[in-house]
Order: sequence, then structure tokens, then C-alpha cells
Amino acid sequence: MNYLYEDLESLHAKLVAGELTASQLVTETVAQIETTDQQVDAFLRVDAEGAQAAAAKIDEQPIDVANLLAGMPIGIKDNLLTDGVITTAASKMLANFKPVFDATVVEKLKAKEAIMIGKTNLDEFAMGSSTETSAFKKTKNPWDLTKVPGGSSGGSAAAVASGEVVAALGTDTGGSIRQPAAFNGIVGIKPTYGRVSRWGAIAFASSLDQVGVFSRNVADNATVLEAISGHDEKDSTSANLPVPNYRAALNGDINGMKIAVAKEYMAEGVEPGVKAQIEAAIETFKSLGATVDEVSLPHSQYAVQTYYIIASSEASSNLSRYDGIRYGYRSPEAKTLEEVYVKSRSEGFGDEVKRRIMLGTFALSSGFYDAYFKKAGQMRTLIIRDFEQVFADYDLVVGPTAPTTAFELGDKVTDPVTMYMNDILTIPANMAGLPAMSVPAGFADGMPVGLQIIGKAFDEETVYRAGYAFEQATDFHQQVPSFKGGQA
Amino acid sequence: MIDKKQVQHVAELSKLAFSDAELAQFTDQLADIMKMTDELNAVDTTGVPVTTHVNGLQNVMRDDIAQTGPSRDVLMQNAPDSANGLLKVPAIMDKEEA
Amino acid sequence: MNFETTIGLEVHIELKTNSKMYSPSPVNYGAEANTNTNVIDWGYPGTLPTINKGAYTLGMMVATALHANIARDTHFDRKNYFYPDNPKAYQVTQYEQPLGQDGYIEIDVDGQQKQIGIAELHIEEDAGKNTHGTDGYSYVDLNRQGTALIEIVSKPDMTTPEEAYAYLETLRQIVQFTGASDVKMEEGSMRVDTNISIRPIGATKYGVKSELKNLNSFNHVRLGLAYEIKRQAALLIAGETIRPETRRFDEKSGETFLMRVKEGADDYRYFPEPDLPPMHISDDWLQEVTDHLPEMPAKRRARYVDELDLPEYDAGILTNTKEMSDFFEAAVNDGAAPKQVSNWLMGEVNAYLNDKQIDLQETALTPAHLAEMINLIKDGVISSKIAKKVFQEIIQNDTDPKAWVEAKGMVQLSDPAQLNPIITGILDDNQQSIDDFKNGKDRAVGFLVGKIMKETRGQANPKVVNELLMAALNKR
Repeated sequence: MNYLYEDLESLHAKLVAGELTASQLVTETVAQIETTDQQVDAFLRVDAEGAQAAAAKIDEQPIDVANLLAGMPIGIKDNLLTDGVITTAASKMLANFKPVFDATVVEKLKAKEAIMIGKTNLDEFAMGSSTETSAFKKTKNPWDLTKVPGGSSGGSAAAVASGEVVAALGTDTGGSIRQPAAFNGIVGIKPTYGRVSRWGAIAFASSLDQVGVFSRNVADNATVLEAISGHDEKDSTSANLPVPNYRAALNGDINGMKIAVAKEYMAEGVEPGVKAQIEAAIETFKSLGATVDEVSLPHSQYAVQTYYIIASSEASSNLSRYDGIRYGYRSPEAKTLEEVYVKSRSEGFGDEVKRRIMLGTFALSSGFYDAYFKKAGQMRTLIIRDFEQVFADYDLVVGPTAPTTAFELGDKVTDPVTMYMNDILTIPANMAGLPAMSVPAGFADGMPVGLQIIGKAFDEETVYRAGYAFEQATDFHQQVPSFKGGQA
Repeated sequence: MIDKKQVQHVAELSKLAFSDAELAQFTDQLADIMKMTDELNAVDTTGVPVTTHVNGLQNVMRDDIAQTGPSRDVLMQNAPDSANGLLKVPAIMDKEEA
Repeated sequence: MNFETTIGLEVHIELKTNSKMYSPSPVNYGAEANTNTNVIDWGYPGTLPTINKGAYTLGMMVATALHANIARDTHFDRKNYFYPDNPKAYQVTQYEQPLGQDGYIEIDVDGQQKQIGIAELHIEEDAGKNTHGTDGYSYVDLNRQGTALIEIVSKPDMTTPEEAYAYLETLRQIVQFTGASDVKMEEGSMRVDTNISIRPIGATKYGVKSELKNLNSFNHVRLGLAYEIKRQAALLIAGETIRPETRRFDEKSGETFLMRVKEGADDYRYFPEPDLPPMHISDDWLQEVTDHLPEMPAKRRARYVDELDLPEYDAGILTNTKEMSDFFEAAVNDGAAPKQVSNWLMGEVNAYLNDKQIDLQETALTPAHLAEMINLIKDGVISSKIAKKVFQEIIQNDTDPKAWVEAKGMVQLSDPAQLNPIITGILDDNQQSIDDFKNGKDRAVGFLVGKIMKETRGQANPKVVNELLMAALNKR
């Protein structure tokens, strides 16, 4: 099976018609991953056995014609807990960690008879923008194997973009779904903060983390998001709101929609090739009957700085539990309690994780709290107010997802500040908790460009409607990478 | 400007240890990052409230009803060291016990 | 040199809840290690806290009982530190905006009233328990981890160990009356840390304080503080300086020993807990809590003295726990004389509870039965001697005292119509005693009463017998 030419609907039709069984689909998917991953390295672990068992059960009964997800193998980012299947967050710290429960999103997918096929690579604890900080392997961009897939959900993005799976879950704290979606020429959504339960998502920054979906088209994305959304009493920050039928929102009609383009998102840092595609996308929206105006989000320029203080502070606390006592890595050298702590953590965490723990600890420490953590919390308020003003008059904010296309492997990993700045366009939506999606918007020098669509809180429907209309008016999502393992 | 001594103090709070070379590298990198974050000082935030939660929820609570958790064996299966149903660590030397 | 003492107390109280503060694990004292735990208590990756509404409400109740201002808009904070019994390496507490602030309680030391300020009261979670093996290892049990606690921080308003003792006793009673906790030091549901410093009288700055740990009873608190005053005074008189120390009270010697010298403030890196949305306490919620607040012990004591004519001493003992006080009032409402109820509760009942090491509500005794028994004595239906037997029955079994004494034939004979024929018969048979009586030998009366009691197998009401006998003798 190669998902480059399939979507949920086409596969579902084959399953319903009996041309394909869930078991066959799993077998072929496992084989495809095996072949493709020789070059792409998207997966850390494939659970062939578990997937086959789940498929066999589904094959016992006729496929539910109303359930597009029945029998569909889905990739799961390896910071989402899977009961009994090792979950590492791509860290040596959790190299042998076997969860004893499923993340709510995994449980919901299983309830829809989707199949957990395997765990995808990421930056260690989702800290990074290139998937290079993984303790285990480097995932490659299927459009150019010398380039990064983006991050932190680079494994999930590359898995979908290379045709290994039809959809995958990721997490997005500062752009970790949208940026890799853009770099890989696929669709990726970070829903509103609180739309999807975080129970079972290994925390990076609790006030920013959100689980979301990768797919090759908007309709598939909407279907999977609907399945994983909803209130969860185990996550006190999840919203107790009904989940709309997102797929039903995809009517292609955006006539009269009011779209804002933030001038700060089109500033000098954005590469000309990227900018050109976004300008073309704006013209497409206009041609579809939307009105497009330039607006200002003046505090966006401070989003990265604000983000690194807040996210690192929360992370420094969230990652303190990895102490070598109840689970996870304990240094074999540790003789004293202090050594259990210090050696286990120093040996178990990679450099980027340590950097963020250090930064966060510093920002929260006595004498610096007001200047850093509190200041960042105030900046966050100003960033939110910017959005509130714009959304009083507009339905959506659009712009590029990332200022560049995918960069070379090894290019930025030693230069944190430059790496961090790559997230400047995705971070504001996390700061404000808004839903934001990246959809394919063409190419610059042969590498995919993503268009970011940011909506009002809990208004994923409008985001999807616009993304779908744009997709229907263009053919970017039908382009496939021509890496050696691919068959285009 | 953040210096080596401060970085060393933060490392102790974080339960992380660094070699001299690492410490030097971390100090430089953290200094760069702090320089970046210091740009925030250009914005006057006097009187601006702090945002810590974005989606406006409040009073999210559960009724006081007990539910039994997984068995001890299940919870213990990831533990690096244990004995008789207890987690095992090298002796706690700090005498301050609650 | 004369010194004055400054004492502040930090009291941790375990709330009486079914489930933990931030996880639905059960709360049971004395369960097998690590069996009352779940993935949240273990700080497993991917787990999240939830707020126990019952616990928060109890916290508000205690804060209200302590006359504290309830924070209407508040949130939880993380306190970050590494320790084996602290699985997340942070404790979820309230730092920036505690649940209650600026309250007070009234204490009474030797008849002297004093108001002691409460700086703040906040909700937090308890830690697990470490035990130290002799094998070079420590062992961690997480059963207690996450149990709901309130921490009550006094203002440094106390100046003597006796005031500290009275503060703790009064605080314990108040909290006990709210029903928020069992407040038992011996079971760890109440824990006390003290801060104490001394300074020359008239000095404007507080002295350097030491903190006392391992105080397992109110009495140890009093003894530990008294020792500290002497120790610190001796140091100052000798011209030495006092270091900020944490010291351990040793109950055998009654002395305190250095645990560690405090070097600078700990850096806990508090920040708002992002996993829990903020709290807003509405007028309605606060009103509901206030409405459910029982009458507090001080008010009851005053009422017992003023309206029921009880001695201060009785009123104090009866308000030791809300259960005892409620029991007392119910028995009085059932028609028994207050002082009689008080005597029974303070005497036989307390002796029984102490002997069996149980609480009043664990016995079969009901206020109605106690009241009925007291009235049986008053009405002469049973003697005080028989009453002791009746009491043993009704405290052990749910038995109606009147029906029981009747069934057992223990009712006193008080009816002259029944007693007079017996008296007449005895007198007829004992002319010698009548003669002795007439000759002024009072001993004869005792002899005759004994005969009557024997004849009635001890059931005759001695008071009535005496009256009737005297009347009969005088007629002869």
C-alpha cells in the first residue's frame, strides 16, 4: 500500500466493497513502511503484531459504512502514550518506557476502529524544529532526503508525505505540527487549546501543547480531528463543548469570508520564494469571493522570545519527574540519591532538552521570575489582544506557515537562536490558543511551501472550510515527492 | 548577563551536571537566548495582566468520589528498582523528614 | 537581660475526603504500601491533575470558621523540588493567592483571652512516605501522595509555649467542629511546625528564628518551645549569635537537637499550575459553605454556661469534639437534666471510651437512651447502682433502658402500696428492733432496712423504704 494516491474515502470504499481487508491493509502498510523507512526513517517502532490483532477483529464483521476510520492504519507521534507499546518521546530517558494506559486520543481512535500502526519520530520531548534532537534517528524530508522534515512532529509528517500512512497524529506546542506539514507539503492542524484532550500526551509546555492531525488532504484531516476531539474529564483544560461535524463544513464556499493578512507575517525574514506562493494564495482566496485586507499584529515580533520563556519554564517543571525513581532511565553509575538524580538526568536527556530545562529553571528562579516569567505572561496577554482586535472584524488570519522551506540536515542544530526563529510564524497561535492549519501552497525551489490559516477559538470549521476551498482551487496537495522509495 | 556561576547554580536546581566544556558552551548559548529574550524589555507592560491559561475555563472540578487505580504490580513495572511493593532508592541522607 | 518570645505556627491538616486532592485515588489510613495509588499519584508521563470539589469546599469551610477572607479569584501553583516522596518533583499548592487570608482565633490561657492572627490558609497535596532501611537504601510508599491538606499559617502573635498550646487546642477543636478533618496528631492528620525567636524586651527587630520538627503532640510543642526559649536565651546571654536552624525535639530528654543550619532561602520556582484552570468563588458557593458551618465550640461553651448553668469546666470538656457536644445537646433535648448528662458524659462515658480506645460514635449509645436512663434514676425507677449495669448494656447494645430494666426485673419498688405490707410484716417479726429504736438505738433502723432490702431482693427504693419505715415506726 502506498497512500500517495489514496485517501480515507477511497480506502474505505475498497474495504466496504471487500476488495481489501483490514488485515491486508495492515500487512501492506507494514511492508511499505519497511521499504520507505530505509530512506525516510519516519517511524521509531511499528507495532505489526498489535495492528494485525486489531485488524483481525475488524475483519470479523462487515466494515461500518458510516465509519471512514474503520481499519485505517494511523501513525502516532511517540510522545502520545500507547498502552503496552513502548513510548519514548524520542529520549534515552524513556527508551524502555512501557505505558500502562492509552492517551485519550489513541483511545478515541481505537474506539473508531482505526489501527495504531506504529510510533513516529520526533525531536526529543517535542523540543525542536527539525526532528534532529531525537535520541534515536534522524528523519529525512521525502521531498529531499538531505533536508529536515521539520519538527518536532517530523516523523508523523514524513510518514504521511511519503505515503507510509494516510494520516498521523502529532503535537504542536509552538508549530510542531504546522511547520513539518508545510515542509512536507501536507495538511496539518493544531486545534484550539482545549479542543483535544492532553491526557496521555507527554507534556512539554502544558499551557501550549495540543494534539493535532496530519493528512494529505483537508477532508481526511477533518475526519480524524473530529474523532479525537471532545471534552475529557481527565484533562481539566479540555473544553466542555460539542464537537461539530467538521467534514460537513467542507462545502467549498468562502464567498464573503473576511480574511486578514498580518503584515508582520510577510516581513523581511520570509524568503521571497515562500512569500510569492503566499501572495498567490491570497489571490486565490480573492478569486473565490473572500475579501482580503492587510492588518497588523504588532506584538507578533515578540512571540518567539515570549514563547521560549513560557514553554521552557513549564518544561523545566514538567520534565523534573524524570528522576530515575519510578520509571525511566536510572544511571547504572548512580551510588547515592543525588547521583540517581543528577547522573540519570544528565545521561538521559539530550542537549536541547537540557538547554530548555536550564532556560526555564533560570526564568523561574528567585530574583528573575518577574523579569522573565511574569514579563512573558504579560507579553502573552498583548499577543492575545492583537488577535482579539483582528478577529473582531475578520474570520481568519492567513500567512506563511514558516519563513523558509525545509533546511539542510545539520544546518541549524548547533545554533539554537536561529532554529528558534524559524517558529516565529507558528508560535502566536499557540500563545493565544487558536486553531491553525497549514495547507500545501506550492513550491519554492522544489520544496513545499505551507499556507497557514488561523481561526477564532473553537472555530476549526471556518479554518477547514477555507482550507478545503483553497485545496479545491489548487492542485498542490496532489503533488507527490519523488524520492527513490516513492513511486511518482 | 548570565555567567558561568549562575549557570552552575541553575544546573544544581535542575539536577543536571555539566563538564567544564559543556558548561562553557551552555553559558554562551544561554547568554544568546537571554539576549534574545531581553528584547521584551522594549515593551512597556505596566498594568498588563499575566496570562497563564488561554481558554477562559474556571472552576473545573470533580466530585469527591474515589476510584481504585491500577494494581501495584502494573504501576511498578517500569520502576528501575523496587522491593516488597516499595520503590527503592539509595539512602536519603537529608535528615529533614516530614 | 530579659527577653520576649515570638512564636508562629504552621499547621498541616489532612482533609477528610474520599479521594485525593488532584486524583481520584482512595484515601485510606493504613492500607498496604502503594495500593491506594494511580498513575497520577506516580507522576506518570501524560497524566494530569483534577480538582477535588469536596476538598476545596472543606478548605473554604475551615477558612470561614477561622474568620479568614476567602479569595474569590485564585489559582493553584507549582512548588518545584526534588525528593523521592514527591513524584512529579513539584507539589501543587496555592502560593500567590491562598484560599483564605487574614483570619484569627480566640484563645484562653488561665482565663486570659487573646486573639491570635491567621496569616493564611491554603490547599495543597501531601507527599508520599519514605522509610529508611538499615541496608543503605530508602523505600518509598506513595499511598499518602496527593492526599488533600490545608496548611494554616499563624501570625507571629504568640509569646509563650502555653499560648501555642492553647492555639493548637482551639484550632483543633474548631477544625474538628467543621468536620473537615479528624485532626489527630497520632495518626498524622494534624502536623505542627513551629518558628520561635527571642529578643531583648523593647527590641524592634525580631530575633533569628529556629524551626522545630518532630513534634508529635501538643505537649511536645509546649515542651520543645520552652526548651528553645531557654537555649536561645542562654546563647544570647553568653554573647553568642543564634543561627537560623531546623531543630528536632527529642521526647526522651525533652531537649532539641540541631538537624541543619538553613543557608539562604530555598528556591522553589513557584509558578501558576498550567494544568488546572483558575478558581472563582461565587457569592452563592460561599453562602452555601457559610450556611453549612456548624456553631463553633466557643459559642457553644458560652451557651452551656449561660443558658444551661453548666460549670466552665464541663462546657470545655463537652465541646472537645463536635460529636460529644452534639450528643450532649441531643440528650438534653430528650429531656434529661444538663448537669446529669454532663456528669455521665464526662464520667462513665469518657472512662468507657478511654478504656476501649474508641470514639463516641463507635459505641451503641444514643442520646435518647442516655436521657431515658437519667430520667429513670431521677424518677426513682432504678437506683444509681442499677444504673451502672444499665449503662454497660446501652453503650454496648442498642437497647431501650426502660424495657430492659423491666424485662430484667431491675425496676425499683417505690410504690407504698407494695412496700407497706412488707414493712408491716418485718416489723411484726422484729419487736426487739422496734424497742431498740424507741430506746434511741438508731442502729435498729439500718437493721430493719437491711431486712426489707433482703425481702425485696434489693429492688426496693432505699429512699422510699426509709420514709415509709420511719413513718411506720413512729406509729408503733
